[in-house]
Amino acid sequence: MSVDENMVRRIANLARIGVTDGELPALAKELSAIIGFVEQLSELDTDGVKPLTSAVEDRIRGREDIVTDGGYAEDVLANAPEKDDEYFAVPKVVE
Amino acid sequence: MAENKNLISGATGDWEIVLGLEVHAQVASKAKLFSGAATEFGAEPNSQVSLVDAAMPGMLPVINWFCVEQAVRTGLGLKAQINNYSVFDRKNYFYPDLPQGYQISQFQQPIVGEGAIEIDLADGAVKEIGIERLHLEQDAGKSLHDQHPNMSFVDLNRSGVALMEIVSNPDMRSAAEAQAYVKKLRAILRYLGTCDGNMEQGSLRADVNVSVRKPGDELGTRCEIKNVNSIRFIGQAIEYEARRQVDLIEDGGTVEQQTRLFDPKTGETRAMRSKEEAHDYRYFPDPDLLPLEFSQEFVDEIAKDLPELPDEKKARFINDYGLTPYDAGVLVGEAENAAFFESAAEGQDAKAVANMVIGSVFAGLNKADLDIADSPVSAAQVGQLVGLIADDTVSGRSAKEVFELMFEDGPDQGKNPAVIIEEKGLKQVTDTGAIEAAVDEVIDANPDKVAQAKERPKMAGWFVGQVMQATGGKANPQAVNKLVMLKLGLE
Amino acid sequence: MTDLTQLNLADARDGLAKKQFSAVELTQAHIDRVSASSALNAYVLETPEKALAMAAESDAKIAAGEARPLEGLPIGVKDLFCTKGVRTTACSNILGDFTPPYESTVTQNLWNDGAVMLGKLNNDEFAMGSSNETSRFGPVVNPWKAGDTALVPGGSSGGSSAAVAARLGIAATATDTGGSIRQPAAFTGTVGLKPTYGRCSRWGIVAFASSFDQAGPITHTVRDAAMMLSSMASFDKRDTTSVERDVPNYEAALTGDIKGLRVGIPQEYRVDNMPAEIEKLWQQGIEWLKAAGAEIVDVSLPHTKYALPAYYIIAPAEASSNLARYDGVRYGARQQGTDIDDMYAQTRAAGFGDEVKRRVMIGTYALSAGYYDAYYVKALQVRRLIAEDFTKAYEKCDVLLTPTTPSAAFEIGKNVEDPLEMYLNDVFTVTVNLAGLPGISVPAGLDGDGLPLGLQLIGQAFGEETLLRTAGVLEQAAGFDAQPQDWWSA
Ligand SMILES: [Mg+2]
Ligand SMILES: [Zn+2]
Repeated sequence: MSVDENMVRRIANLARIGVTDGELPALAKELSAIIGFVEQLSELDTDGVKPLTSAVEDRIRGREDIVTDGGYAEDVLANAPEKDDEYFAVPKVVE
Repeated sequence: MAENKNLISGATGDWEIVLGLEVHAQVASKAKLFSGAATEFGAEPNSQVSLVDAAMPGMLPVINWFCVEQAVRTGLGLKAQINNYSVFDRKNYFYPDLPQGYQISQFQQPIVGEGAIEIDLADGAVKEIGIERLHLEQDAGKSLHDQHPNMSFVDLNRSGVALMEIVSNPDMRSAAEAQAYVKKLRAILRYLGTCDGNMEQGSLRADVNVSVRKPGDELGTRCEIKNVNSIRFIGQAIEYEARRQVDLIEDGGTVEQQTRLFDPKTGETRAMRSKEEAHDYRYFPDPDLLPLEFSQEFVDEIAKDLPELPDEKKARFINDYGLTPYDAGVLVGEAENAAFFESAAEGQDAKAVANMVIGSVFAGLNKADLDIADSPVSAAQVGQLVGLIADDTVSGRSAKEVFELMFEDGPDQGKNPAVIIEEKGLKQVTDTGAIEAAVDEVIDANPDKVAQAKERPKMAGWFVGQVMQATGGKANPQAVNKLVMLKLGLE
Repeated sequence: MTDLTQLNLADARDGLAKKQFSAVELTQAHIDRVSASSALNAYVLETPEKALAMAAESDAKIAAGEARPLEGLPIGVKDLFCTKGVRTTACSNILGDFTPPYESTVTQNLWNDGAVMLGKLNNDEFAMGSSNETSRFGPVVNPWKAGDTALVPGGSSGGSSAAVAARLGIAATATDTGGSIRQPAAFTGTVGLKPTYGRCSRWGIVAFASSFDQAGPITHTVRDAAMMLSSMASFDKRDTTSVERDVPNYEAALTGDIKGLRVGIPQEYRVDNMPAEIEKLWQQGIEWLKAAGAEIVDVSLPHTKYALPAYYIIAPAEASSNLARYDGVRYGARQQGTDIDDMYAQTRAAGFGDEVKRRVMIGTYALSAGYYDAYYVKALQVRRLIAEDFTKAYEKCDVLLTPTTPSAAFEIGKNVEDPLEMYLNDVFTVTVNLAGLPGISVPAGLDGDGLPLGLQLIGQAFGEETLLRTAGVLEQAAGFDAQPQDWWSA
């Protein structure tokens, strides 16, 4: 399957990566090459094989319901590109 | 399936509303689902945010096991399938109050599968609403859009708070059914203690899926009204949206699948203005979290201390106390109300207690805008008062006065009804001599009425009223009635 | 005094214990060497004051007889590890001057054991690369040269491998997602150890692909790697994929005795057009281990061929999601936009380099509606087949021996235009990440151009002790002691 320019635009939008029209042809070519490479997997019969998501065979561990964290708004906001008082500030979102 | 009586009429005939709800219920936990930050409502902005909640680089989620227990508990309360193996997935999308760029949720394998809730319909019938699933997920933060002309502000205090998303089947056919469903679900959650059900604070909110169709047709295209946060608004939003869709279709248009917002100020819904690109959330299993597994013993342990739920309690109230289904239904709506009633009814005539609780107590609390926990009249006092009526110490009419005095006194005064009756001289007169004198007096003073009463025996009631008035309501009404009938020669 | 930067970790530890020199002297020697090494571009941030303060504290500890396992030993830290109060960027523009208010578990473990931080080391942006050419700070230059040609140090831990090879730190932390510790170690004549997934906590390490990422050391010797791992490894409640297991004393595992050990040789690693020198070195490695008393067995890992394509679906898929947090809202470098979505798009367009963008887009594609089953699920199924290959192989052997890379270090710029060619660097290392196994690269010889080559040993899950013991024997037999000519010191 090759990735055409429309697809690149769609993916770039989903990934929120701005791409100019000028970048589209090259990206389409590169991504197509990679997709072409990974597509060799399709020659393998994997019917009935359970997907492996993690190499860890443990059970999930949990925490107790105790408040142990937070209370440092200053640290949380320290690296913010823009803030207003105790809030992060972003360009206005219109719902 | 029974015939739907809730059709709405349009120019081209009747339409049926089809409703499914996704309720987000905040787990009543102290700490968040994947971090140790607090969940308390109303804190200073960004003060209840851990590095995990702010999605700092390299931060990892660790699950709060209490939240898992609450989800299982809720699943059991919904008589639903509990899945001992479930998976946390990432739902990927960009929004400023979603710090990770994904919400940790459960997609293909939720912790709870199919269940059901029964709702009471207005005509007394019971309807079962199917539950499709319940899954655990993170809440997002809060964006404030109205503080600045061209900026939005983000507070992450809610970011990562544990939610149970409870998805119903599209089984509801009217706004009233949807409202009854939410009320019932809320009651169950509160009985279980897994969610405080506080809709004003956003602990419980509903996404309402609305579509319309001609009865018998295929399902129509649905619109999802997001985050409706009161039962009244749910009703308004549905009424408006269903009408909008019917009008749209009848005017030759088609309903577009979209996400809409309800504006309480106008009572209308409107499409969200953000770009409605085809959603592609790219769900995949969260590689930071292993699958959620627990044993059947874990589930059994939770099942063991499940409280009595509203339906069971209602059945018991009907069977054990002889209450009407309606009264029982009203009393079990809130666990606290039911407990108040049961406490008051101890050793008393339960039906009389139910009447007083539903009548005087609820009316008084409503008027004073108080919760039952803060009731100025205790359950014990209600029980005593009912007892004092039953043993003829006080008349029903005087009892109302006694109740009001107790209510005004407030909880600190704490005067028991017997004391008030004594102090205010409201003791019922059962002394036949005194009552007889009063009856004679009224009869003597109204010869014309006596004549009329002989023609129309119903007039006797007038005499009873006069006697009661003359005795300041203290006379035993049965005794008065008996004497009046006797003296008028009607018996 | 001898040149203190020539010491390995174990010798420096012993020298400090014998008070032959102080931690401050040892640290100062490295600081001086680092500050003259800008031609290599190995460090992206030097922290000499912090280093000297830590060294002074170490000297006090040593004087008080309270020396900890890595007391006073100066090391470099890959810029993927969050370091409290010290700028951490993953070598990406998008992080701007991000300064974490927290310390990664692995580095905290090292500081708790007395190690001294010299600064932050260069790497491929978000660890995506095999040549350290995708860093926002520019490429790292391999201290090794073939003639006059500037070579890559491997990646993504190229700053770490170059720093250790050039003696700009006695050891370095690194991370390995598809080979990013072992391949750069092979390219620089150093030892690179990638532990079992779950052995080191991922908490506080900038995530690339969560189900593969694993921290480990790059060092001069196998013993040094054992020392580093003993400190870096821990069970961490904050990372639920870290495994609850005691951390052994890995150094104690280096007995030099591998008699009777069964060493598997996977047939499928004899790839087409493998350079004869690498083929020969591999054979040499087999002979060395056999001579040390190991039993050599042929094993088969039939799905090896599919490891790279599976990896290049799963890792980008996870990365596309892991990197969504870099949105210009809470930290990092924001670009202005006409609205919120435009702000995101501009910020991420300017903040991510080409390789990161490519992988995020590939990952987004693989997860998107209509492609998820064909790509992502398929790759996870193949992942299981690959893991099962290893399980079967380990019924017949205890460790596996393979080359680390299909070539020696290559010229800077050679593969930049062709991502696929670059990806092939990981062909021998990536299977290990898919299966979560430990692997180590040991320098084993020089090629015809005088460039180092590595041999890789692959262990069983949590079999680091056997792995290190075997690596120690291999190291001993190879007797690799070549060093790059110092052409860079200013
Ligand atoms: Mg939903
Ligand atoms: Zn939800």
